[in-house]
Amino acid sequence: MTSSQDRLPRLLALVPYLIARPGIRVDEAAADFGVPARQLRKDLELLWMCGLPGYGPGDLIDLSFEGDTISVAFDAGMSRPLRLTGAEATALLVALNTLLEAPGVADADAVRRAVAKIEAAAGQAQPAGVAVGLGVREGETTARSRRVVQGALQAGHALRMTYYTASKDRISERTVDPMRMLIVEGRSYLEAWCRRAEAVRLFRLDRIDEVTELDEPAAPPPYAEQTDTSAGLFRERPDHEVAQLVLAPDARWVSEYYPVERVTELDDGYLRVRMRYADESWMVRLLLGLGGDVTVEEPVALADGLRERARRALSRAGQLAVTP
Amino acid sequence: MSVARAERLVNLVLCLLSTRQYLPAERIRAIVAGYADAPSDEAFHRMFERDKNELRDLGIPLEFGSNRTIDAEDGYRIARRDYELGDIDLEPDEAAAVALAVRLWDSPELTGAAAGALLKLRAAGVDVDQGVPAVVEPKVRTTEPAFGPLLAAVQAGRAVRFDYRRPSPAELRTRTLEPWGVVSWRGRWYVVGHDRDRAAPRCFRLSRIVGEVRAFGRPGVVRRPPGVDLLEFVSTSTGEPPDTTTVRLWVARNRAAGLRRRATVVGGRTIDDVPGDVIELELHHPDSAAGWIAGYGEDAVVLEPEVLRKTVHERLLAAAGGAR
Repeated sequence: MTSSQDRLPRLLALVPYLIARPGIRVDEAAADFGVPARQLRKDLELLWMCGLPGYGPGDLIDLSFEGDTISVAFDAGMSRPLRLTGAEATALLVALNTLLEAPGVADADAVRRAVAKIEAAAGQAQPAGVAVGLGVREGETTARSRRVVQGALQAGHALRMTYYTASKDRISERTVDPMRMLIVEGRSYLEAWCRRAEAVRLFRLDRIDEVTELDEPAAPPPYAEQTDTSAGLFRERPDHEVAQLVLAPDARWVSEYYPVERVTELDDGYLRVRMRYADESWMVRLLLGLGGDVTVEEPVALADGLRERARRALSRAGQLAVTP
Repeated sequence: MSVARAERLVNLVLCLLSTRQYLPAERIRAIVAGYADAPSDEAFHRMFERDKNELRDLGIPLEFGSNRTIDAEDGYRIARRDYELGDIDLEPDEAAAVALAVRLWDSPELTGAAAGALLKLRAAGVDVDQGVPAVVEPKVRTTEPAFGPLLAAVQAGRAVRFDYRRPSPAELRTRTLEPWGVVSWRGRWYVVGHDRDRAAPRCFRLSRIVGEVRAFGRPGVVRRPPGVDLLEFVSTSTGEPPDTTTVRLWVARNRAAGLRRRATVVGGRTIDDVPGDVIELELHHPDSAAGWIAGYGEDAVVLEPEVLRKTVHERLLAAAGGAR
C-alpha cells in the first residue's frame, strides 16, 4: 500500500493504532502498515500539523518521539479507527466463513469466535454480495491421506507415498518433504520437496493412493520456494508444445478448464484456441476423449498420431467379438 | 494526493467529529485549515465537493442536516458512534484465523478490501501476525475481467447488461440482470440475480460473459430479496446427478494406470493377442467418463454396458476418420 489513495485511510488509522501501542518502534509500525519506515515518518510529520480548529498548541495532534519509538500525547479526538466499510466486512467475513468449510484448515471454534467478534464490532457493515463455496469433494481415501499429510506437517516429518501422475498416466513411489497444504479452485494439494524430482512439486491429494508418515524429519532444502499460485497452477515452460485446436460447442469447456491463449470465436459457437501441453501422451488422451468435438489444426504430427491411435483402438475393440 | 489535501482532509474529519452542531459550508471554510487557500467561492465549493466525495468513498458517515435553532443553516457533521469501529479484542487463535482469512484472496478487489479491514483491526489494537505459516492455505482467485464491475454493481445496487455465451445450444445473447451477488463455487465464479428477460432468478458463469459489463440505472434500486441463499442457489443449479453405474472394461496389462487405480480386477482376458485384465469400476458421470475411457485408446475396451460401449465407439470413430 504505497499509492496515494491509500494514504488517507492510513492517516486516519495511524493515531488510534499508536494509542493502542504506546512506545512502538517506527519500523514495526511501518511493517504493520505495509509501508517503508521513511513513508511512515512522513505520515507522522503530516499528522503533527493537523488538529482542531484554532490550531493552537493544545489543539494539534501531539506525538512524542523517543529515539526510534513513538507515543501519542494528544489525539485531537481521533481515538478509534473508522468502522469497516461494507466491502471490507464482506472480504474479511466471507473469507473467514470459507475457512470453516475447508477440511482441516483452521480451528473452527476460533474462526467462529473471530466472526462473532468482528460482526459485533462492525455493526451495520454486514457482508453482502459475495459468497464462496470451496465445495471440496473429499472421498474416504482422500480424507485419510489428508489426515496423514496434516499429521506429518504438524510433526515436521517426511512422507512416503504412492502417487498417480495424470500427465504421464503413471503410478510411482516417492519420498517427499512436506512444506504446506493448499486449497486452490476446490482441490486440495500438498506442496512438498520431491526427493526424486529434486524440486518443489504440488501433489493433488485425491491422486495420492497410499501415504505413510516417516520417522525422519522433513528437510526441504533452504532454496525450496513456495509456489506462487496467484496466476494459476499451470506453469508455462519454454519446452512446452503448442497445439491449435477448433473446439465444437460441446468441447468449449476445455477452454475454461485448461489455460488456453489466442481464443477466437468462430461461427455457430465454435472456438479456435492455442493450448500448451507438457506431455504428448496426456494431450492425446484428452483429444481422443473429445472425439468429433475437436479438430487439431496444428501440429500436423499430433493430428496424425491421434487418428492413428483412434484407428488402432477401433480395430482392437472390433476383435472383441472374435476373442471370447 | 498532495500533502496539502491530505492535511486538509484529516483536519476536516477531526473538525466534523468534534462538533455536535451541523456546520454550514461557509463556517467550515472559515475554520478548517486549508480552505482559506481557495481563491474564490467557486473554487472553494469545487474543493469542498471533492473532499466530501472522498470522505464518503472511504465510508465516513457524513451527515447533512440542520440545527434546531431558529435561523439555522443546513450543515455537516460526523456522528462519532457511526464513525468509530466498536471495541474488539481477539485471542491469539482468533487473530491467527484472521491472518489466514486475509490471505485467502488472490483478487485485486477483495485483497485490497481485506487489507483495509486488517488495517482497521490493527488500529483498534488487535495484533495480527501475518508471518506465521499455515498448515493449509486455501486460495480463491478472481481472474475474470467481469468480476470487478459485477461486484461494484452488486454493492451499488444497480442493474447490469452483458453479452453471455451459452455453449450448448450455442448462442450469444445480451442479458439484463438485477445482480444479487457474485458466488465462487468450486473455484468458478457465478453471478446470481433476477433475469429481467426471463422474469426469474438465474445464475451466469463469469467466464462466459463476453466483453464489458455495463451497469445502468440508479444506485440502490436492486435489492436481494430476503431469504435467498446465494451459495445454495448456485450449488443446486450446477448440481450433478448422484447416480452411479458399474462398468466392466478390458485394459491391457500394465497400461491405463488412471483407470486401474479406481477399479477392481475381476479376471484376465486376451484380446487381439494382447494379454490384459477385466476390471470393474463405479462411474458417477457416465457421459464425461466416456471421454475419459476413450482417451486410453487401444489400451481400454468397454465390455459393458452397451450404451457406454457405443458412446466410446462413436468418439473413436469421429477421431479416426471424420475431421480432415
